[in-house]
Amino acid sequence: MKHTVVALMEDKPGVLNRVSGLFRRRNYNIESLSVGHSETPGISRMTVVVEGDERVVDQVIHQLEKLINVTQVFNVTHQPTVIRELALIKVKATAGTRTEIMELANVFRARIVDVSATSLTVEITGPEEKVNSLIGLLRPYGIEELARTGRVAMVRGGNGHSDEPDDAPQATSESK
Amino acid sequence: MRLTGAQMVWESLVREGVDTVFGISGGAVIHLYHALPEYPIHHVLMRHEQAAAHAADGYARATGKVGVCLATSGPGATNLVTGLATAYMDSSPVVAITGQVATPFIGTDAFQEVDITGITLPITKHNYLVTDIRELPVVIKQAFHIARTGRPGPVLIDIAKDVQAAQGEYQYPDEVHLPGHRVPRNDISSPVQQAARMLNEARRPLLIAGHGVILAGAEHALVQLVEKANVPVVTTLLGIGAIPETHPLCLGMAGMHGEAYTNLAMSEADLIVSLGCRFDDRLTGPVSQFGRQARIIHVDIDSAEINKNVVVDLALVGDLKDVLPALIPLVEERNRDEWLARIGEWREDSAKRDILGRESDDLVPQYVIRQLWYATQGNVVVVSDVGQNQMWEAQYFIHHRRRALISSGGLGTMGFALPAAIGVQFGLPHEQVWVTAGDGGFQMNIQELATVVQEKLPIKIAILNNGYLGMVRQWQQLFFEGRYSGTPLLGPDFAQVAAAYGIPGLTVREKSEVEPAIARAVHSDGPFLIDFRIVQEENVYPMVAPGAPIHTMIRRPEASEQG
Ligand SMILES: Cc1ncc(C[n+]2csc(CCOP(=O)(O)OP(=O)(O)O)c2C)c(N)n1
Ligand SMILES: [Mg+2]
Repeated sequence: MKHTVVALMEDKPGVLNRVSGLFRRRNYNIESLSVGHSETPGISRMTVVVEGDERVVDQVIHQLEKLINVTQVFNVTHQPTVIRELALIKVKATAGTRTEIMELANVFRARIVDVSATSLTVEITGPEEKVNSLIGLLRPYGIEELARTGRVAMVRGGNGHSDEPDDAPQATSESK
Repeated sequence: MRLTGAQMVWESLVREGVDTVFGISGGAVIHLYHALPEYPIHHVLMRHEQAAAHAADGYARATGKVGVCLATSGPGATNLVTGLATAYMDSSPVVAITGQVATPFIGTDAFQEVDITGITLPITKHNYLVTDIRELPVVIKQAFHIARTGRPGPVLIDIAKDVQAAQGEYQYPDEVHLPGHRVPRNDISSPVQQAARMLNEARRPLLIAGHGVILAGAEHALVQLVEKANVPVVTTLLGIGAIPETHPLCLGMAGMHGEAYTNLAMSEADLIVSLGCRFDDRLTGPVSQFGRQARIIHVDIDSAEINKNVVVDLALVGDLKDVLPALIPLVEERNRDEWLARIGEWREDSAKRDILGRESDDLVPQYVIRQLWYATQGNVVVVSDVGQNQMWEAQYFIHHRRRALISSGGLGTMGFALPAAIGVQFGLPHEQVWVTAGDGGFQMNIQELATVVQEKLPIKIAILNNGYLGMVRQWQQLFFEGRYSGTPLLGPDFAQVAAAYGIPGLTVREKSEVEPAIARAVHSDGPFLIDFRIVQEENVYPMVAPGAPIHTMIRRPEASEQG
């Protein structure tokens, strides 16, 4: 199963390296990872999508928490969250297909952000499934370039992410 | 106060209580060495940076204080790597200081430039590259704090050469501000109650004492718990000394080379309480079969250890120094006669197979180690190397004191013992320190004999010389068709090598020479080396075959069957 983990970390050189090094070394299966500034100056916010069972995601969280530069880690998988991804898709377009592609984009509320004689660049934002479907529909026209940001996530409502971070790990009572 | 960066380093170390550092000089630390004589810190010149890291590690393990090592950039820094990985695996508080090329040269592949913070990322608890003198005091403060708090570990500080030479205003912070450094302080009362209930209800409970008990300084509390609850305890290799091995409820070291009764107790228990142990595969065997009949409670200061290797029924994240005193009042005295009697039977059976019961004039390593224990009554600190010799030491030396066995467990680093012993001797100047090593591992850092002499350290050395990389040879004999590929080992005449360094030594070939040789070493004022030419193809038993469950052991033959 896929889990979404949000981590806040100091915005310092090498921190991303520490995080990605940890994932590689511990052999975690990371689907996507995206980082950017958070609301606090000097603190970056990272969203990671981890593939694995509860035990794996617990491990990821506790190992991340051990990094000195990581200040907080949340598992938002089981909370109501807004999940978004942005993709830029450059798709082949001829005089014959251009309108079709634009209509498709329209249906997905995607935007055409660049037009050339032979291609269109579409920008789409949404949950991954939505991005996936548009990509699927555009594929037959010929995708020349694709850039996806990976998932970013935010818990709905409440007052920011001040809700309790995960503390002590839970022992599982399932049999060994 | 205006200081150079180099002075700031030493000033801060003095404030952290450091009085000894282990290192080797070079271009990128020449400013540090220049400032050193102004400070009350003894610098121990090692002969290899790996040895400097092991010495700092040995110092830390023996004293519980942070050990410090120092190396220049490039090859000096990379030589530290094995030592840092060793300290990291065994949670030893070490601070390593390396010089880095000057800031303008960083990233240019300058002479002796290496990305040591990148290289040591996965083998340090944290590391720093300092390129601004204003950060230096804070970084040093943080480094020591991180190294010794929570689960201890090594921290590396890489300091650019121009930062060492620069001048700046020095103010050492009183406190650290590290929001990302969590030392567990959660309320443990509820899991402690649950743990007590499980322990009280268990009919065949067993404790596993790991290195964490010693790191937490919770040895005394462990004995109290064991006695009050009347529950037997096994240790890991690094947990040896967490409880006196002379204690009737101590079953000794468990795992791949644990005694049969020890491992049987572990596999027959209905409750296992792990205290500061991380369920290493050398202890557990295949985890799917570990503790088959047991519920498992895992007490650890590091939450990431919970459910990492073994899935447990109850997690208790906290410092054993807090957990054990909270647990003791809640546990009840229970009659465990039946369980203890069963263990007693297994124990007798093991004793019957003990090789020391065998009549023979062969110079076997087990005898050497037992004689060493006998001659010293265990009142020495043993620093063991890696291989068969390490296991024989663990099996046949009876450790009744805390922090009196120092060994590389997690990484299993050959060459650890001699340099680590140098650190141990500096940490414990009034103790007699013994190195036990194989002929292979000893040759990996043999150059440190020079350090022993230069520093006038009275370290005693016992080499269990079997002419093989013995542990590997044993595996080849048992599991690889007896093909001794790459394991026969030609060694020098170690006593003559010692003599060349100015260390007296003896070569022992006969069983009858063991006792007098050890007596001479014990009573000599300075260092002493004994080269024991032991039976070459002796094996370490019992042995759990790799991949086999922990209760299936290759046993020693019974005394009557022994040749
Ligand atoms: C640095 C290092 N290299 C290789 C090994 C693998 N290894 C483990 S035990 C062993 C043999 C050790 O031989 P020796 O030091 O003579 O000790 P013995 O087993 O004979 O007592 C080897 C090569 C290791 N643990 N560490
Ligand atoms: Mg050997």
